[in-house]
Amino acid sequence: MNRQSEDCVIEIEEGIKVIPGAGAVIAGIDKIANWGRISSMWPAVFGTACCAIEMMTAGSSHYDLDRFGIIFRASPRQADVMIISGTVTKKMAPVMRRVYDQMAEPRYVIAMGSCACTGNVYNTYSTAQGCDNFLPVDVYIPGCPPRPEAFIDGLIKLQEKIKNEHLRWSRWR
Amino acid sequence: MNSKEAAEKIREMFPEEVREIREYNSQTSVIVKRDRIKDIIRYLHSDPLLNFDLLKDLCGVDYSGKKETRFEVVYHLYSLEYRSLLRIRAEVPEDDCSIDSVVDIFAGANWPERECYDLLGVVFKGHPDLRRILLPEDWEGHPLRKDYPLQSDLGEKEWKGYLDVIELAKKNMEFETK
Amino acid sequence: MPEQKGKLRKKELTINMGPQHPATHGVLRLELDIDGETVVKCTPHVGYLHRGTEKLGENRTYLAALPLTDRLDYISSMANNVGYCLAVERLFGIEAPERAKFIRTMASEMARISSHLLWLGTHALDIGAMTVFLYAFKEREWILDLFEMLTGARLTVTYPRIGGVRNDVSEEFLSSLYKFTDEFPKNIEEYETLIDQNRIWLQRTKNIGIITAEEAVNWGLTGPMLRGSGVDYDLRKYCPYDAYDKVDFDVPLGKNGDTYDRYRCRMEEMRQSARIIRQCIEKLPEGPVMTPDAPKFTLPPKERILKDMEAMIQHFVLVIKGPVTAPDGEIYSAIEAPKGELGFYFISNGTGKPYRMRLRSPSFIHASVLPLLCEGALVADVIANIGTIDIVLGECDR
Repeated sequence: MNRQSEDCVIEIEEGIKVIPGAGAVIAGIDKIANWGRISSMWPAVFGTACCAIEMMTAGSSHYDLDRFGIIFRASPRQADVMIISGTVTKKMAPVMRRVYDQMAEPRYVIAMGSCACTGNVYNTYSTAQGCDNFLPVDVYIPGCPPRPEAFIDGLIKLQEKIKNEHLRWSRWR
Repeated sequence: MNSKEAAEKIREMFPEEVREIREYNSQTSVIVKRDRIKDIIRYLHSDPLLNFDLLKDLCGVDYSGKKETRFEVVYHLYSLEYRSLLRIRAEVPEDDCSIDSVVDIFAGANWPERECYDLLGVVFKGHPDLRRILLPEDWEGHPLRKDYPLQSDLGEKEWKGYLDVIELAKKNMEFETK
Repeated sequence: MPEQKGKLRKKELTINMGPQHPATHGVLRLELDIDGETVVKCTPHVGYLHRGTEKLGENRTYLAALPLTDRLDYISSMANNVGYCLAVERLFGIEAPERAKFIRTMASEMARISSHLLWLGTHALDIGAMTVFLYAFKEREWILDLFEMLTGARLTVTYPRIGGVRNDVSEEFLSSLYKFTDEFPKNIEEYETLIDQNRIWLQRTKNIGIITAEEAVNWGLTGPMLRGSGVDYDLRKYCPYDAYDKVDFDVPLGKNGDTYDRYRCRMEEMRQSARIIRQCIEKLPEGPVMTPDAPKFTLPPKERILKDMEAMIQHFVLVIKGPVTAPDGEIYSAIEAPKGELGFYFISNGTGKPYRMRLRSPSFIHASVLPLLCEGALVADVIANIGTIDIVLGECDR
């Protein structure tokens, strides 16, 4: 009896089980939410410099980001992930923060490229030394610019991070 | 007419204005006073024998401590017909840091003049819309001057807008999920 | 607008476009005052990517400033490198050997193809033809693979050096590049079949954003922007640098100076680029790829630095002081970059660092012409106009 019931349940992901006949899924609520989140990460593109070109390349025919469920959104209101690709100048900082504030929870930030991580060679009067001065960054991707493969790896790292979260719900909105 | 002859022609037409004609690497530069710069540029532009019709570049240079007059505005003019390049360097003193704008002769001078004003603080008289272009409008100082620091950490001179963002970010951190 | 009695009141509306907007090719911001569908006033705002390259260049040696030029026009970084190296070479009065010149010519034309492909893809995407984007990026990936084969990097190559190029080309690379030039003209035809007869494409590009020849010269436009208006000005023909005087190519010209003509110019330029690359491979002479003066300008190989005392001292001097033979003078040197004329103006004061490094960037000048193109046009044409001027904000803001 016991064994039979196990056969009826198929584990499709760690901790997520499906009962085929009943059309039901058994899992913890956070597992389900995370499962949904990782397979539909819609990024808000914030391409500022060179890395944006590699990000576009990753999204185009050769690397094809769509197969990860990643579809670039132009509006921050429909996005989950903000990809900062390129140099962050001080003039750009207020805009960047505003776009981030417009995103709905849960929201994540990827700093793509050395400039977004640390400022790179541009230790100059007009450049912010990394976007983590004013944004909470989840994943840093080094490289100048990182190859599309590295960028995809960064996205997968973020998926792993989301997978291990517990009950991430916004307190305020 | 090649650039050497053009330079001599300027000396002929504006003997008071031309200070020096220099030749380096087969490029001719004419160093002039700034007062009649507009007339000189207009003459170069409209004279059919010279016909310098393309303003390739306009930029400013800070010769702080190297020369008597601190600034120079450099015009690179090109004649499509005669294929000659001429460099005009107009000296601008520090105490009255201004020069006539050439926007009504070359429409393309609009943004380079704004950039020169932005980064070096040279005021272009008669410019239709002289605002900062590369830096935010409430930025203090002119970064391409030699006495301006290079590094990102500007200390007290830091742009207020950027400090505001950092403060806002600190305030908003409490809304983030940990 | 004055109030009109008995009629509907209308009011001008100001809309803000960018800097985070998918159709602005980076971080351009436009302030548009619109009256219904017509743009009354257009104010571009740039500077969101101002990184202080000119100031940084003044604080670095001639050698160390080379990687900064990659990140100006990052779509065709090879052309920027070549422009920078040529300017410094002219300042120092040295010349690259023949083989290096051919390699540079070849590489800059590859950069031109990659730049124009990206322009074609994004411009068509903005106007509404998504397929072209996917096609163009496929071939662009091929070019990037070739770049990787040649230099080890895809985008920011830093391949040319002062006095030559970093390493010689391999036979394998040459044969794959030759194969590319064989295939590529067919691909261009493919793109043309996608959009050349497309009614939407024609309506959105023909007679849109017209610049007359006089206006174009007066605004200081260069490159395809100027040639689209019918002015025959190409630095590769006017004052040939590298090996452009030894190869045969045509300079395509437009007639009306509208968006469509500029599109035709750029498409034709890609064909000519493939032709130039072919000739370069066929005519590539034997010989060294660095000048005999090279030790004064380039770092010695790492193995020698570790073993040889002199090489180490030379390495040290070059890194700390820069090439010490810089003469006291000034130079303006320009090349025909994919976007237009890319000029470098150096003032040297006899040290290893330039006293003033000025970049004449085509994108900056081309962006300034936007009000001329957009005012009086429809809002939808603003997108077409931004696409047609082909700007890269990294180069525009420096």
